[in-house]
Amino acid sequence: MNIKDLSDEILFTPGHTACAGCGAPPIVRNIMKIFGKDTIIYTPANCLLVFGGTYPYLAWKVPYFHEAFENTGACISGVARALRKQGKKTLVVGIAGDGGTYDIGIQALSGAAERNEDVIYICYDNEAYMNTGIQRSGSTPYGAATTTTPAGTKIPGKLDHKKDMAEIMRAHEVPYVATMSIAHQRDFLEKAKKARDVEGFRYLHIISPCPTGWRFDPSLTIEMSRKAVDSGMWTLFEAEYGEITNIYKPKKKIPVKEYLMGQGRFRHFTPEMVEELQRWVDHKWKRIYGEEP
Amino acid sequence: MKTAISLPTKGAMGKTGTWRVFRPTIDLEKCIKCWRCWIFCPDAAIARNEYPVIDYDYCKGCGICANECPVNAIEMGREEK
Repeated sequence: MNIKDLSDEILFTPGHTACAGCGAPPIVRNIMKIFGKDTIIYTPANCLLVFGGTYPYLAWKVPYFHEAFENTGACISGVARALRKQGKKTLVVGIAGDGGTYDIGIQALSGAAERNEDVIYICYDNEAYMNTGIQRSGSTPYGAATTTTPAGTKIPGKLDHKKDMAEIMRAHEVPYVATMSIAHQRDFLEKAKKARDVEGFRYLHIISPCPTGWRFDPSLTIEMSRKAVDSGMWTLFEAEYGEITNIYKPKKKIPVKEYLMGQGRFRHFTPEMVEELQRWVDHKWKRIYGEEP
Repeated sequence: MKTAISLPTKGAMGKTGTWRVFRPTIDLEKCIKCWRCWIFCPDAAIARNEYPVIDYDYCKGCGICANECPVNAIEMGREEK
């Protein structure tokens, strides 16, 4: 898939009210170029709902609806089944944030994956509940300062490590699981295309840096997703029926410190905390790539 | 009776270009037409023509295009009002 072959049609229109430099709009706009017009979008409560889909100010040019926070999996299952019964092949896509996937929506998501519903579930991961004011989620990395885990004298930010959601979904042995980053555009588009063409439950997990919550300059959004991959904080892989089929390995691994430096949420880090996070990354690196970093 | 149907159009929430503090300008002589700015712009404010064209009605001035441009053809200058 080449960038030049992408269509010019915009199904997520400009004029939405996302913060300058938000990572989510380029993700959904480019993914919609692949999915096309014959798509139904569902979003639970998340930033994407607030800036792109509050009635009557919609940015979506495709059928779009939203319900409660926790039932993304259940809602898209029902819509997909009704459409298949009518003999329609419309894509049904649920786009949830990390809160709606890691914490609140995991039971409905797990159920839909287990039943192998014919839907696409997208988690765009900005590593905290940004929409309600930067509260910690299961996805927030170790040590990050959020409003519910502030870095102060009692605790140095979040005390626990990030949960590996993509691995949990891979363990469901669904037809397709992929982790993506918009900074690697060609890989991103290939995976979106593959997800469109596979039948059954498909799970896409995309990193979406948040300048407001992570506290960095808005112009660095894409650079942050690239650095996340290069440092090993984010890994790009594809899995089919539980088997990993494709792994992207960065050409040169950068120390995790380089990724942390630009972000205000990690500003309080002591050398010991950097070491602890590096240990976690190295462990994950070894588990995924099967070799010492 | 009013129904809960919304007809989405470009700029339904207003012209977000008024948020801009820094204004991008493209040096067309340097541009190599790689379309990275076009794919990464969060506001779809860059259109594909012969060369990239910026829609200042919606550009929020985040600077992603200038940062990602491989040949530094895009420059951010302070908005004058």
